[in-house]
Amino acid sequence: MYTAIVFLPLLGFFIAGVFGRQLGARPSELITTGLLLLCAALSWITFIQVGFGHAPLQVPVLSTWISSGSLKIDWALRVDTLTAVMLVVVTTVSSLVHLYSIGYMHEDASRSRFFAYLSLFTFAMLMLVTADNLVQMFFGWEGVGLASYLLIGFWYEKPSANAAAIKAFVVNRVGDFGFALGIFLVFWLTGSVSFDVIFAAAPGLANKSIHVFGSTWDAMTITCLLLFMGAMGKSAQFLLHTWLPDAMEGPTPVSALIHAATMVTAGVFMVARLSPLFEQAPAALTVVTIVGGTTAFFAATIGLVQNDIKRVIAYSTCSQLGYMFVALGVGGYSLGVFHLFTHAFFKALLFLGAGSVIHAMHHEQDMRNMGGLRKEIPITFWMMTIGTLALTGFPFTAGYYSKDAIIEAAYASALHHPAAAYGFVMTVIAAGLTSFYSWRLVFMTFFGTRASAGHDHGHAHAAHDDHGHDDHHGDHTPHESPWVMLIPLIVLAFGALVAGFAFEGSFFGHHYDEFWKGALFQGKDNHLLHEMHEIPSYVGYIPTGMMVTGFVLAYFMYIVAPGTAGRIAAANPIIYNFLLNKWYFDEIYDFLFVRPAFWLGRLFWKTGDGKIIDGMGPDGVSARVLDVTQRVVRLQSGYVYHYAFAMLIGVAAFISWYLVGGVH
Amino acid sequence: MFGFGILSALIFLPLIGALLILALPGDGEATQRNARWIALWTTLVVFGLSLYAWAQFDTSTAAFQLVETKAWFGAGLVYKLGVDGISMPFVLLTTFLMPFCIGASWLSISKRVREYFIAFLVLETMMIGVFCALDLVLFYLFFEGGLIPMFLIIGIWGGKRRIYASFKFFLYTLLGSLLMLVAIMAMYGVAGTTDITVLLNTHFASSVQKWLWLAFFASFAVKMPMWPVHTWLPDAHVEAPTAGSVILAGVLLKMGGYGFIRFSLPMFPEATQYFAPLVWTLSIIAILYTSLVALVQDDMKKLIAYSSVAHMGFVTMGLFTMNTQGVQGAVYQMVSHGIVSGALFLCVGVVYDRLHTREIAAYGGLVKNMPLYAVAFMVFTMANVGLPGTSGFVGEFLTLIGAFTANSWVGFFATFGVIFSAAYALYLYRRVIFGVLDKPAVAAMKDLSGREIALLAPLLVLTIYYGVHPGPILDACAASVDHLIKGYDAALSLTKTAALALH
Repeated sequence: MYTAIVFLPLLGFFIAGVFGRQLGARPSELITTGLLLLCAALSWITFIQVGFGHAPLQVPVLSTWISSGSLKIDWALRVDTLTAVMLVVVTTVSSLVHLYSIGYMHEDASRSRFFAYLSLFTFAMLMLVTADNLVQMFFGWEGVGLASYLLIGFWYEKPSANAAAIKAFVVNRVGDFGFALGIFLVFWLTGSVSFDVIFAAAPGLANKSIHVFGSTWDAMTITCLLLFMGAMGKSAQFLLHTWLPDAMEGPTPVSALIHAATMVTAGVFMVARLSPLFEQAPAALTVVTIVGGTTAFFAATIGLVQNDIKRVIAYSTCSQLGYMFVALGVGGYSLGVFHLFTHAFFKALLFLGAGSVIHAMHHEQDMRNMGGLRKEIPITFWMMTIGTLALTGFPFTAGYYSKDAIIEAAYASALHHPAAAYGFVMTVIAAGLTSFYSWRLVFMTFFGTRASAGHDHGHAHAAHDDHGHDDHHGDHTPHESPWVMLIPLIVLAFGALVAGFAFEGSFFGHHYDEFWKGALFQGKDNHLLHEMHEIPSYVGYIPTGMMVTGFVLAYFMYIVAPGTAGRIAAANPIIYNFLLNKWYFDEIYDFLFVRPAFWLGRLFWKTGDGKIIDGMGPDGVSARVLDVTQRVVRLQSGYVYHYAFAMLIGVAAFISWYLVGGVH
Repeated sequence: MFGFGILSALIFLPLIGALLILALPGDGEATQRNARWIALWTTLVVFGLSLYAWAQFDTSTAAFQLVETKAWFGAGLVYKLGVDGISMPFVLLTTFLMPFCIGASWLSISKRVREYFIAFLVLETMMIGVFCALDLVLFYLFFEGGLIPMFLIIGIWGGKRRIYASFKFFLYTLLGSLLMLVAIMAMYGVAGTTDITVLLNTHFASSVQKWLWLAFFASFAVKMPMWPVHTWLPDAHVEAPTAGSVILAGVLLKMGGYGFIRFSLPMFPEATQYFAPLVWTLSIIAILYTSLVALVQDDMKKLIAYSSVAHMGFVTMGLFTMNTQGVQGAVYQMVSHGIVSGALFLCVGVVYDRLHTREIAAYGGLVKNMPLYAVAFMVFTMANVGLPGTSGFVGEFLTLIGAFTANSWVGFFATFGVIFSAAYALYLYRRVIFGVLDKPAVAAMKDLSGREIALLAPLLVLTIYYGVHPGPILDACAASVDHLIKGYDAALSLTKTAALALH
């Protein structure tokens, strides 16, 4: 069954990718979507068997991949509770996104290609979460990167989409640089890359020093930091986040699937999977907490001022991933995974809802051109509202359980770790910011009045000129999306409402041990889940208070007194521009890395290869040879008396040498 | 059989094909067609025969197999052939790629067709000879002999600056080889024979080793090519016809790596250890420097040529780690690069045949009118980037893990290549394949023809197959690599104990 779950999407990819043209778009859609729905059903069965039943841990080995000396890497599927959770998340969201895309992409000319890519992505993601060794994980890791690259650049005629696709791939490769080095180090330390072996070896490596990169390090700390660098890239954490907002160039269902629910959470999954290693590296966990806290805060600040509906949600994703890393950093692996689980529902819901809005607005994404949509697209409005409630942590929705638990955990851990205190403060502030930007999005989109009815969205048409918009010309009233798009919204909204209280007890409550069955590791000194119960009760109200504050502020600024936001922005141009320009990260990176790379490339090429190597080497030598021969040629004048003269000089020199030499 | 062995047959069959073409009368249309078919059938038969040899080959032993010896010249010079786990993959790679070269030249070569195919068949003889030779002089003959047909292929059927490129190629490689000839004579002086199997068990004095190592290095480093003697390669590639580029990148570059692994590492272990840091440094420079240079190229072939230099950097780095992963990874990387870069040059050839320019800026938006081509190019680009699941990953990963175990700094710097390769390869792909199809000449280009599909499809299948199942190649060389490393370690510990005994 596990094999079926993983390989059915690959089958879908082959059918839609290879025979898509012959089959036509509709059969490709139906086949891939059908296979994914089957996959999702099997995944839920697996989830129940593994998480709530007594199915023993199985690791079916498919075949050998790489075998070189002592390095042995198998293709194998490891399905424990952690994997089962990810299987459910991935296949559920993926199947719903497949279904939704049938409606969303119906105008597109190359739908078979789109569905093929979606299924390819799902396959790679499933390989990632079922990996039994680091290298297979890396296979899935890069595979999802490829699918992400292809899907971001799906509308290949847009230069911005192409640029975003390359950026996503290359920035992820920067993270993978660390991941790869981490794998090398693990192999060096333990002689293996298989999880069972390295997990068993991890306790023995605690506090052991090694000498790499010219200095002495704590073995587990440097290993985990390098591996975490991979997680930072994939999960768009602070410093390696720049690709995620740009990735919104891809079609919206892609954003929901890849850049909200699944791929970007791979970093969280990785740290949770490697909890036996990270538990031996407290210093690395401190870094995880700090990076997570910083991301949670910083991404939320940018989200405050963005006007593109998808970018707001993208920064929100970035910020929520920060929460998950804070949870991991303070040792609450199950909390991080739980937030990953609930977040998948409400964030996919928000993205697909945003897609429904964009669909209704005929590919308009700027919220300033929206407003008052709640009457025209009521179902979308209500679903988006549910998503927002869950995201902001409204009591008894999914986010309430998972996000508040993280904040409480950070508080509980802050007693021992200053970094956790930082994480606590950052996540609390971010909770308020999250509430503000989320409600701002809802108010700007669904309330008020439309700024410019019948506005020009020629740019959207130019960008999608092969999408066949003819049927919409002259018809600019927003329209509710078809049921094929609304049903996924409703299913996800259901998840966003109930996933919290339904699974709270299993993920980190009373049934913790029966549920996880050791899939997550906690060191002897990690009593976090216990300590969380002993924190003062008012701490539990802080996030809720922040949520209410954010809501009230947004309500005031966008409903009661519209225009307040504009005045505040005008009064603080520096801060506003700083946030609007995303802390100027793109500009800084362009200046620090992109331009120097091209400059160095040209320098090496023109000066290094051209002037120095060729100039001193072959070209130089041949030029010197030519010089010499030209001089020789000049001597060859063709006049006999010249030659006779030269001969005479020669003879004279020879005789004098002979005479002088002969004296001795 | 018939008084000569299967390896001799492999070597001399292409020559027979060349003679047949030579015997064709005139230079008419019919002759050209016959020349093509004879060349194709010859290479296919040779490939089939090499598969037969492969079936006879026993991967569990490190010994030389299919050995044949004939007296020759007397005085220690013998005609001796044989293959082990290290040379066998290269023989197969050569025979496998040759039919693709013939196919790629089917229509694009229109002048001196007969001579062209003769040159290629002679080249095949020389290449197979290099990998099968078990006598140093014989090796040298084949090694140098290969220069001549390649020189002619570039110089006669090349592009605008073909004369410059062919002379640069010839002089560079010849200069290196002459030093190797001197070293060969010196080795003959010490061992009294040029039989490689004997030389492998001959101990050379430490000081002698260093000089011999350097002389061989001069030759192989140019062939690889390693930085800073790589500048002949971009010029040669740019000017060579498509099939010339395929065979140059696919096989000729591998002779350098093969030379290191056959001679430098096992025969001069102390010098290898002594010079390893130098090789690592040059390899890292090659990886980083040429990757950046590749980023700013305007010419498709030049870009891929520079990326070849970077990939060969992984090979030299892996070889000199002298551990199983590094050396096996290097062998794997060479075979994989042979397939992938060959395919990439074929891909360039496909569009060059249509538009007659290699300038990247002349293209754009090809995915729209050439979707099959876009898919093929994507797969090979990803293999070039080293995406897991393609053959490019396995070699890169193994050499890196080997390098990291040998010296963490080497692994650290070389891993940067992973980032750079993504940048230049995707940047190329974007400019050629994606974007708006707004150039009329480009829009008129047709998708892959049946012949082109037949050329690219097998390479595509192998790229993926060897990416998920590299076993066949890794297992083939495992025993020989193991033997090589054991011998190396034994030689080093021997000198160490000898040095201790002196104190």
